[in-house]
Formats: sequence, C-alpha cells, structure tokens
Amino acid sequence: MSDNDTDLEDQPPEALPLDAWHREHGARMVPFAGYEMPIQYTGEHGGIVAEHNWTRTSASLFDVSHMGQLTVSGDNAARQLEKLLPSGIANLHEGKMRYSLLLTEAGGIIDDLIVTNTGPHFALVVNGACKWDDIAHLREHLDDDVTLTHFDDFALLALQGPKAADVLEGIVPGVSELSFMTAGLFQFEGQHIWVSRAGYTGEDGFEISVHSNYVRAFADALVADERVQPAGLGARDSLRLEAGLPLYGHDLSQDTDPVSGGLGFALSKVRRTSGGYLGHAACLVRLEEGGCAQRRVGLTLEGRQPGREGAQVFSGDALVGTVTSGGFSPTLGHPIAMGYVETAFATEGTKLDIEVRGKRLPATVTALPFVPHRYHRKGA
Amino acid sequence: MARYFTEEHEWIEVDGDTAIIGITDYAQEQLGDVVFVEVPQTGTEFTKGAEAAVVESVKAASDVYAPIGGTVIEGNAALEGEPELVNTAPEAEGWFFKLTLADKDELEGLMNAKAYQAFCDSL
Repeated sequence: MSDNDTDLEDQPPEALPLDAWHREHGARMVPFAGYEMPIQYTGEHGGIVAEHNWTRTSASLFDVSHMGQLTVSGDNAARQLEKLLPSGIANLHEGKMRYSLLLTEAGGIIDDLIVTNTGPHFALVVNGACKWDDIAHLREHLDDDVTLTHFDDFALLALQGPKAADVLEGIVPGVSELSFMTAGLFQFEGQHIWVSRAGYTGEDGFEISVHSNYVRAFADALVADERVQPAGLGARDSLRLEAGLPLYGHDLSQDTDPVSGGLGFALSKVRRTSGGYLGHAACLVRLEEGGCAQRRVGLTLEGRQPGREGAQVFSGDALVGTVTSGGFSPTLGHPIAMGYVETAFATEGTKLDIEVRGKRLPATVTALPFVPHRYHRKGA
Repeated sequence: MARYFTEEHEWIEVDGDTAIIGITDYAQEQLGDVVFVEVPQTGTEFTKGAEAAVVESVKAASDVYAPIGGTVIEGNAALEGEPELVNTAPEAEGWFFKLTLADKDELEGLMNAKAYQAFCDSL
C-alpha cells in the first residue's frame, strides 16, 4: 500500500456534489475512494438485486463523481500520452474513446482508464481511488509543453440500461446518435455537458460529465422519468462482474499486467512493434508463448454459495490461483467469480475448486463476459 | 415461551430446554438480499459465542454466532432452497437452527423485545 492510500484512509471522506440528493433518495452511504458514496438505496426499488435487475431491464442512474476527470492539452498532447499509454493516441479521432492503461516499467498496472479525443484536448477518466497517484505519475512523466488539468468541480453520472438512450434523448436531444465508445458536447438547459456512450455494466448507456453547480437539476430531470431509478455501488459491482469487467485494486494491480489480466486488446498492435511507452519491453515478454505464469479467468460456481475475493483456487490438492472478485449473479441465479489461475488451468471448461471456509466449492473456468454485453455499436 | 435478543441481532425463542435461533429483521435489512445460508448439522455442539452459521448476501458473507451454548437438534432445511426466507420472514420461517440448551443461565443479560427495539433505535 502506498503512502497516498494511507493518507486517504486517515482523512474523513469528502461529500459528493449530489450527497444531499442521494440521502433524500434513501441512499445508504459508505466511505469509498475517499468519498461518502451510495452503496444502495432503500424503498420500493432499492436493494442491490432490485437495482441490478432494474439496470438490466430499464435504466439506472449511478453517481461516479469519485472518478478523476483529467485533461491533457497542448500541441504535443498525443505524443506525450503515447509515452505512457500502450494505445494509439495520435490516431484516435475526435469524438472517439479508447480503453487504456497506465503501466510501470515492469508492466504492472498503475490504473485503467478511458481516454477520449474531445477535440481541444484528450480527456482521461481514471479510478477514484487512484486519481491522486495517477496525477503524480502523469506530472512526473509528461513534458512541460502539455497542460494537465483536473476537473474536480465536475460530477460524473452514468445512465445505464436498455432504456437509457430513449430516456436521455428526451432530455438531451442528439445523444442517441452516439455509438458505443464515442462522445460529444451537448446541452442541458443551456449548459454544456459532455456525454460519452460507455459504461461499466455491460448494458448500453452513457456517462455524463456535468458541472457540480447544475448536476442536481440534471439528476432530477433523469429520475423524473419513471423508467429511471438511482442505483448504488453494490449493483455497479455485481453488474460489472457479470459483464466480466475487471475492477482496479481487485482484479488489476501493479502486481498484474495487461496480458495476464486479459487486457491484451489495450496493447495496440502497431505499438507492440513501435513501442516507446513505459512498460513496453515487459509487455512484449508477457506476450511471448509461455510469457504469463497466470491468467485472469471467469469462474462459474455450482450451488449457491459465493467464493469471494481472496479465496484460494485448487486443482485437486494443488493451489493454482486466487479469486479477485466474486459474488452472486442476480441475472444468472448462481455465484460467479473472477480470479487469476496458473496458465495451464486457464482453459475454458477446466474444473477447479474454490476453497471457502475449509469447504471446496466446484467451479468451472468460463469465458467472459458471464452475461453478454449489449452495447450500441456503430451500424448495429 | 419467551423471546430474547442479542446485540448481534439474533433472536432466541426459548421453550423449556429448547431454543430456536434466527436473525432479526434489523439484521436482514442490513445484510440485504440473502443468497445462501449454511446452517449447522444436527448433533453439533456449540459453546456460547462459537461460529454457528454463515449467511451470504449479494454484498458479503457474515458469521452467525451461537448466542447461547447447546446441541443442535435441527437446522432449517428450507433455507437451502429458499435463502430469501431470511429477508421475507426473518423472525418466523427464516429461522436458522434449533438447540437443546446447555445452560439456561446463559439467557441472563439478553434483551427482551422492548429493550432490543430501544437498542436498534440507538444505532
């Protein structure tokens, strides 16, 4: 654990711009990533399973304002970012988004993020718990000819679910033209908002960056639509687990790397050859045949008892891995997990056991995602 | 018959030498949606405070400790197929296990319904 983490835990959590709004809507607040965050809501539509199912069938409003909203600007911004990100940035067209990673020299993952070419600059959305370390890392490595800005006076809301596009189009005309992983500037009641068609649930949906001064009006406008209910971090976690999406600090860390973590798609094909980014040499080693000692896999459990983070994974008597995220899947009605297992045991269909309280729970290596993604892809 | 409550949010229904044990409505509300319950096997002997059962919600796993010592007569088999009974009927059909009491003196100091309500209101 870094000193920064310790500092974060020692300080009282900050209030989100929508703190009072959440409490008025019956949120149960918990400290997370340095903020008081809604874990779930009470009431008729409240509870993790109800919020989870609402997201899969209608549209849910999540507050993810704890995440870091950064921009990098300057004539040289793309080239500078390419020193740190393994993705093509110079070839990222305006309005397009890309999943990427900050890496250590050894190929460890400092954070995962989304980078967007907004036109005037490149926007980075980074994990809340990592944002201060990320900013320090960027400051250290980016040259002085680019400007790093932290938009800490902006909230970030996510509207997720199959009805999200219809709902948002009614409030912010034009957003339904966006396809998955594209973004643009829109207006809400005469105010600029930045809308991205992306999310962390596996459903179609949007993330909306909105100034904290009018985020309440925007949230009110969304939940005024009966198709929208607020949802908390609990449902966000079960949704992303079903969607096979890794969570930094659990499924990804500096001890894991993009290849073992199943994120090879974030290593641009061209840049695997051309290199020039921190961690490139280490990633090349991982990409070689036999380069990864372990792999991130999905695990489907029999029965109803979940295997959770930290549970050990066995093949017979041999310890072959560890669960990094696990829980009960409301959509599938049985427990699911993600974890790292030795490469020889990472093939789909491999039968393993997860040890929970001295008991072995049978589990099968399963392709991710557990629940198919339903993104609104271009041309779809 | 008398019903007692603990600060760990368990209820104990005592009838002669036997007791039925479950978790309270307050506890199930805090846990959220229960997806799995492991109840102890018949014949298991507990001392007061021992780990007796496990309840898993979508959110987390929690231990249920034996609020009093004794020998298990029966675990609630219905919870295997319907763990949600803990949410829908925590203080009735969602009971966890039945015990033969080892020492009725251990009931001293436990709360009655009124005292437990006051305890919850203070949280």
